[in-house]
Amino acid sequence: MLARVAETLYWMARYLERAENMARLINVNANLILDIPKKTAVGWEPLIDITGTRKVFEENYQDFEERSVMKYLIQDADSPVSILNSLKWARENARTIRDVIPREAWEQINALNIYAKDQLNIAMSKRGRFSYLNEIILRNQTIVGLLSGTLSRDDGYVFVRLGRNLERADMTSRIIDVRSASLLVGDPGVEGHRPFENIQWMSVLKSLTAYQMYRQAMQARVRRSDVVKFLFQSQRFPRAILFCVQQIRQSLKGLPDGEGTMERVNKLEELLKAAQLHTYDQQMLHDFIDVIQIELNAINNSLVEHYFLSGREAFELQKQAS
Amino acid sequence: MSVNWKDYDTGKFFDELITSDGEARSYSRFLVDYLNTHSEDELETRKAIAALSIKEMGITFTVYTEEEGSIDRSWPFDILPRMIPKSEWDVIEKGLKQRVHALNLFIDDIYHDQKIIKDKVFPAELLANSVNFRKECMGVSPPLKQWAHICGSDLVRGGDGTMYVLEDNLRVPSGVSYMLENRSVMKRVFPELFENMNIQPVDDYCSQLFDMLASLSPRPADYPEIVVLTPGIFNSAYFEHSYLAQQMGCELVEGRDLVVNDDDCVYMRTVDGLQRVDVIYRRIDDLFLDPEAFNPDSMLGVPGLMRAWKKGNVALANAPGAGVADDKVVYAFVPEIIKYYLNEEQLLPNVPTYRCMYQEEQDYVLANIKDLVVKPANESGGYGMLIGPMSTKKEQEKFAKLIKNDPRNYIAQPTLALSTVPTFIDHHVEPRHVDLRPFILSGNDISVTMGGLTRVALRKGSLVVNSSQGGGSKDTWIVEEDS
Repeated sequence: MLARVAETLYWMARYLERAENMARLINVNANLILDIPKKTAVGWEPLIDITGTRKVFEENYQDFEERSVMKYLIQDADSPVSILNSLKWARENARTIRDVIPREAWEQINALNIYAKDQLNIAMSKRGRFSYLNEIILRNQTIVGLLSGTLSRDDGYVFVRLGRNLERADMTSRIIDVRSASLLVGDPGVEGHRPFENIQWMSVLKSLTAYQMYRQAMQARVRRSDVVKFLFQSQRFPRAILFCVQQIRQSLKGLPDGEGTMERVNKLEELLKAAQLHTYDQQMLHDFIDVIQIELNAINNSLVEHYFLSGREAFELQKQAS
Repeated sequence: MSVNWKDYDTGKFFDELITSDGEARSYSRFLVDYLNTHSEDELETRKAIAALSIKEMGITFTVYTEEEGSIDRSWPFDILPRMIPKSEWDVIEKGLKQRVHALNLFIDDIYHDQKIIKDKVFPAELLANSVNFRKECMGVSPPLKQWAHICGSDLVRGGDGTMYVLEDNLRVPSGVSYMLENRSVMKRVFPELFENMNIQPVDDYCSQLFDMLASLSPRPADYPEIVVLTPGIFNSAYFEHSYLAQQMGCELVEGRDLVVNDDDCVYMRTVDGLQRVDVIYRRIDDLFLDPEAFNPDSMLGVPGLMRAWKKGNVALANAPGAGVADDKVVYAFVPEIIKYYLNEEQLLPNVPTYRCMYQEEQDYVLANIKDLVVKPANESGGYGMLIGPMSTKKEQEKFAKLIKNDPRNYIAQPTLALSTVPTFIDHHVEPRHVDLRPFILSGNDISVTMGGLTRVALRKGSLVVNSSQGGGSKDTWIVEEDS
């Protein structure tokens, strides 16, 4: 597999995953807002923090009203995180390697792009938004299914899996980080606070389609410590961070000479397993998520260095020089 | 309301499907009958199916605009096919094989003994001035002695019904992927016609291309590693590069993916390290191939590639320097070239061509410039041309000056009454002008695509068929007539 193609497959998968996660996030936030008391409403601002692009947003928008945030997260051509841009970049990547991926997968990626652009009017209306975002999630799931059902299990598939799981782990950690910080930390003694805390943790689970699986796995009511444990440390739920990291480890096994990378992944896996999450307060949890994100980024850099074209060129130069 | 052929005005042109009396030709009868039983609304529906297929299949070509830079646009396509009877096609095919065979002998001669010049059949000064002659190729013998492995020749039919060769593209001819995709679109749009007519299939081009490329491998014992070399995603033919790589199961590489090592072999950079490459189907021009040998500023090429090729460690298709024979002035000598190497008469005629390098012919061109098409020797895509009857006095004067300054660089041809094909435009069927580009593969033997890419000038009266300038395309049907 060409180093450049490996890199392109990796980013194609990341951008597709990013678009899907964004769609999930918006849908769930919309649902949440309907359920909690108006005066305590958390609104749309936390979503901007989840994307980590508050500065860009504030430069271009005056307020955190629903309309502004929706525009920024769904259609804005200047937004580094909008669904439309993620899909556009996924398509551009797919286009440069359409000789590698199955034709049907390319056609789906292309069609998803067309759909997302053509149906913007619907997306920006309150009534149509849910079905629009749902369609994006479903279509992306179709693409994931197509790739897993038709792509040979060679290096190419490995890089698709790597991209998807890295992006997914990253997004799950962001969602937990921001959501847990902006949650109403209710005094359990105060009448009326408890149900809202539960509702908000439920929304975290639902944004990751994790609610049912959580119920089945934990058989406990929804509470912070269990949800955090589930989303960080489940080895069975596909959007849990530990699960994603284990997927990354397994994918890497298929690649030649990935030693440095593998060590980093192993380290992150140990870190995740060992964490005594139930003892963490808000600040500790936030710091822990920071560490995870730094490690995920380091794994990304290690992939670039060992397998991607830019890294390989640098390697050859070093060899010539020595 | 169905199509009314009595209102279909073929004018003074030859129409490929309809006679001047508004009747179907023998081989187009079935299609015309079919259209007679279908309303324009029905055709509009089919057109929508085609447009949707093209959009969803992502059949695109790249255009440049000032505002948006490089973007890919949907491929413009007309749903009514162009048809040629198999009996006529057989003759054309034979003529194309003869032509390409002779051109390959010519190129090989030019880069070795230059017998054709010594025998005074081909003027030496033409070679001296040719921008596509590569002195770096002198003495090189590529595998099978073939230089132009993939050739796209443009054919046009004149008012009298004769099929002429307009030009040969021997460097990096494009369009074959659209020929193949047009067919897959048409099968979605008119399945019932394919069921009921004997339309010759076109699908095996990519496997023939693969076999031809494999036959060039310097390591015939091994399974050859074949790659398609593209300038990248911003090239107007990127879609095709990627399509061909996909269909052949080859890697699509850019210059930066390849490296020539100290052993003068070509390698590609993979996730496993370096891997040897045997055959490169290159879709970048000679001058960008190798910054060591040609344009030192080229970011697209591979340093050392020419070295590897000359040593026979890698095959390049088409071979560097093959373009020397698609010069439009050389074109004018093709009848002599065929006669010289094959001792045969040309089977497919050239368009009558005036060579400005000869004073007598130049005088004729200058005197009749308002009726002629003047072309520079080495431009493609319809750029830098003068179409006499549609030009202003000022443009004609400008070209007269250009010709006098550099006569060797110009040829002129009469304006051809290009044939037409019924085309569905604005809810009506109207005649539009077409050409035809078949593709010829030369390896151990020579093969020709069944038909080719029919390009159509979608603007009324226009003769410019290039997709970059308002042209579209049609599926081309070679049909066996019921005996």
